[in-house]
Amino acid sequence: MIGMLCRILYYEKGWKNVIELKNIDVEFGHGGNAFKAVNDVSLTIQDGEVFGIVGPSGAGKSTLVRVINMLQPPTRGQVLIDGRDITKLNRRELRKVRLNIGMIFQHFNLISGSTIAENVAFSLYANKYPKDKIPGRVKELLELVHLPEKADAYPANLSGGQKQRVAIARALANNPEILLCDEATSALDLENTEEIVALLKEINQKTGITIVFITHEMEVAKKLFDRIAFMEQGKLKEISDIYTAFTEPKEPIAKRLVERVLNVTVPEALTVKEDEELLRLSYTGDDSYDPVISMASKNYDITIDIISGKVDYIHNKPFGVMIVILRGAGSEREKALEYIEKNVYKLERLGGK
Amino acid sequence: MNETLEIIQSEFAQASFETFEMVLISMIAAAVVGTVLGLILHLTSSPLFFKNRIINGIAGTIVNIIRSMPFIILIIVLIPVTRLLVGTSIGALAASVSLSIASIAFFARLVEGAFSEVDKGVIEAAVAAGAGTLLIIRKVLFVEAMPALIRALTVTFVSIIGYSAMAGAVGGGGIGNLAIMYGYNRYQTGVLFVTVVVLIVIVQLGQWIGDRIAMAFTRK
Repeated sequence: MIGMLCRILYYEKGWKNVIELKNIDVEFGHGGNAFKAVNDVSLTIQDGEVFGIVGPSGAGKSTLVRVINMLQPPTRGQVLIDGRDITKLNRRELRKVRLNIGMIFQHFNLISGSTIAENVAFSLYANKYPKDKIPGRVKELLELVHLPEKADAYPANLSGGQKQRVAIARALANNPEILLCDEATSALDLENTEEIVALLKEINQKTGITIVFITHEMEVAKKLFDRIAFMEQGKLKEISDIYTAFTEPKEPIAKRLVERVLNVTVPEALTVKEDEELLRLSYTGDDSYDPVISMASKNYDITIDIISGKVDYIHNKPFGVMIVILRGAGSEREKALEYIEKNVYKLERLGGK
Repeated sequence: MNETLEIIQSEFAQASFETFEMVLISMIAAAVVGTVLGLILHLTSSPLFFKNRIINGIAGTIVNIIRSMPFIILIIVLIPVTRLLVGTSIGALAASVSLSIASIAFFARLVEGAFSEVDKGVIEAAVAAGAGTLLIIRKVLFVEAMPALIRALTVTFVSIIGYSAMAGAVGGGGIGNLAIMYGYNRYQTGVLFVTVVVLIVIVQLGQWIGDRIAMAFTRK
């Protein structure tokens, strides 16, 4: 009870580190064939946040998330859960820690020969939950994931999204403090992905559970994460809050992944004529975009053509990129340029005459 | 024709009973001991459980030695063991000893295969859920491998029927022995024909029942 109260207090203050990874190395193979899947990764994940790790396949993100519950013991380094190093625990102690860390997988990993109710009950068996209370708790969990009617069905009769919801119910059965998601939406279609993302968000807000989510899908990252880490070739390259990651990516890997979501490029056939200049404008939630263009064309003797653009939202905060052609003679164009630069988040000059 | 009927009438009931006795004993031995041995082979080879080269190597070698011996040789090699266990080295019960040991080794390998076919991800999920090994064995390994285990038991049943024909060497009798003794050695083609047909029917029936049960456990 006191523990729970502390958890609530900590959560409110948001300063409790649930997971701390210190100098984690994971090596596979021996001698000349040794391969470092994870290379000196240190990071801290706070209570109640949705922390995402993205990167291309082979970046080591799945290996890293498996280190958190010791499915993959690290070659070097420490894993602290609530401040306690779990790398040196024996089997029995480790099992107790794992009861507090739920996990879901890309391919759901449900027991195909057991009913949905049995699949969910499995975690309760692992926790030696009182037998007579199991059916009630299973029902509660299936309601939490909006699947109460499927209790007696078998996994083969469910859609991908439904299977993942069952996996979520199983992972949450013992009220864990942490939920690890390993490519949990990567085998799902768009609709099911959105359904799972919405459910995880709902659960995160309802229970304050800490979520660690591995994915290569930036769309999911954008919708779900509070903070994001970029990984490449076993190394952690950049960590920032999700909005900053999309508006100001720094490392090349972050830039590459973010660009793909925005996908605003200059059409190849485009030619810039006399007295024209090609601009790329970025703006964030603090800037108001449309008035800048109309104000610029009203106040100065210029015209602006919009070539392409995209507006996106992260946690309801807009950010966008637009490619425009600014047309006008000499000094008027310079003045307009100055005005626009002052009023957008970022202005890049892509060429002109 | 009359001779065939006579032989069948006087010998067939006894032979059937002997086959039944031998098959039943070895099936039970395979299902119990073979399953345990197969489980040990699997648990000691999988890093998700208790990977142990030494135990796995010893168990694997014993199984391989038994399986590589021609059955008739195995019967002879095991005569002292048989004497120790059932007091005699002759008769259906005595034949059941070597038959059981051969079936255990045969089934153990199939069981190991059936367990190793279980999706690693499902076991990993169970480990991640904080489940202990016993719970994983009961609620994951056996549940997921059940159709394959039943199919393996069916294959073992068919092999035992085949092997049991050789039990005649130690006076074990049985339907297969009837075929060899009368049908082959005494040129009683009628007896040979009848016994072979009966064996075909038994095997077909066994396979059909095994398939049906395996299907009933398949949820995919």
